[in-house]
Amino acid sequence: MIEFKLPSLGAEMDEAKLIEWKVRPGDTVKKGDIVAVVDTSKSAIDVEIWEEGTIHELVLAPGETVPVGTVIATLLEPGETAEHATEEARRNAARAKALAGPTPTGSTAPSTPPQPVAAAAGHVRVSPAARRRAQELGIDGTAITGTGPQGSVVLEDVERVAAMQAQPKDRATEMRRTIAAAMARSKREIPHYYLATAIPLGAASRWLAARNEGRLVTERVLMAVLLLKAVALALRKHPDLNGFYRDGAFQRASGIHPGVAISIRQGGLIAPAIHDADRKTLDELMRQLTDLVARARAFSLRSSEIAGPTITVTNLGDQGVELVQGVIYPPQVALVGFGKVSERPWVQGGQLTVSPVVTASLAADHRVTDGHRGALFLDEMAGLLQEPDRL
Amino acid sequence: MDETTIRAAVFAALRSIAPEVSPDQIPDDKPFRDEVDLDSMDFLNFLIRLHEKLGVNVPEADYAKLVTLNDLVSYLRARLASR
Repeated sequence: MIEFKLPSLGAEMDEAKLIEWKVRPGDTVKKGDIVAVVDTSKSAIDVEIWEEGTIHELVLAPGETVPVGTVIATLLEPGETAEHATEEARRNAARAKALAGPTPTGSTAPSTPPQPVAAAAGHVRVSPAARRRAQELGIDGTAITGTGPQGSVVLEDVERVAAMQAQPKDRATEMRRTIAAAMARSKREIPHYYLATAIPLGAASRWLAARNEGRLVTERVLMAVLLLKAVALALRKHPDLNGFYRDGAFQRASGIHPGVAISIRQGGLIAPAIHDADRKTLDELMRQLTDLVARARAFSLRSSEIAGPTITVTNLGDQGVELVQGVIYPPQVALVGFGKVSERPWVQGGQLTVSPVVTASLAADHRVTDGHRGALFLDEMAGLLQEPDRL
Repeated sequence: MDETTIRAAVFAALRSIAPEVSPDQIPDDKPFRDEVDLDSMDFLNFLIRLHEKLGVNVPEADYAKLVTLNDLVSYLRARLASR
């Protein structure tokens, strides 16, 4: 029997509410099938399953909210019978009960094991700012899992719990709270260093204009896609910028899945992933990016897009900024920023010319890489953009 | 095609990209991309909608001509008339 647990939905998103099931007991599922739609503070998310089998039991009911990691359904493995699964479930439940010991309330609701907190039982440290905010909101500060020093409860923890408990007045407020918690955590935990480089885009612009000239609007490719592809290809040579820092250690990601920062009209930001961007053609990337933007703005994304990004890329050129100095989205370890592509005086071969130029920046986690590595990565990217036909 | 129909198509295309905007509130003679927050992806999607509605394909070389709503409507009228 397979237990299907609510998958991770990204940093700072600890729980979700089930909106509807897309499958029924008896349906067969394969890897990548969407089995449920859940709601989080940032988006409605289509939850994908990565197992194969037959749906046995839907444990969670629509309308219920549970933490990430909770078992929400069970499946029969190919060839397993329903009787066998029911028997296994009974044994699992009995074993879990024996381990847990007597529960005072007699509750048998599924829940994740409590997060380990360094503070001794009965003496949870709460920061003064957190205590004040908790009082304002009518929340018990000592009952919150702390992410501050020595497991103490800090302001962001109170805000996070408040956001989870609040009836979502509107998605914008909830999204803003989630972003606030993630960004505060990032600046608190990640020692950022920043590098920038000016990249001439004369060759890339001419190549792109020629390519788009003969094509209908529906088949055009934007410069942003070339920039994205260059980032993805450069990461192949610099994998220490592509992965996650968790529990005091860095782990390289097995694939390159850049999260593309998309601004939500009227406020808000989300950065869902385009998977294996290094292996896709420019046309494929353009199509996927267009689709992703549309769905992000309609608050309709897939769980693998939300939880999957291995690095974030943000492009603020259209808003006219020259340079982006971004905030890394934990547990990622880097963020690449692009400013506006503008015509600038540029010296080439000792001659003064005019060239379209973009300033690319890297924000990176100094626990994982040093400036030297970051500089090599930016240089690699700049080089790739001088040969657009090879992107 | 007359100007009113073209204008209606433009407004409908704009509303599908920027639903929070009332196109009749946009000044006809000011750069409309200042009035409506459109990035390059939004602008391309806007042109795709226009293509769906009016059958006019706007080449990249002509983007610079489309500054105000008046510019856009005149351009589309000329393209439709010459078909």
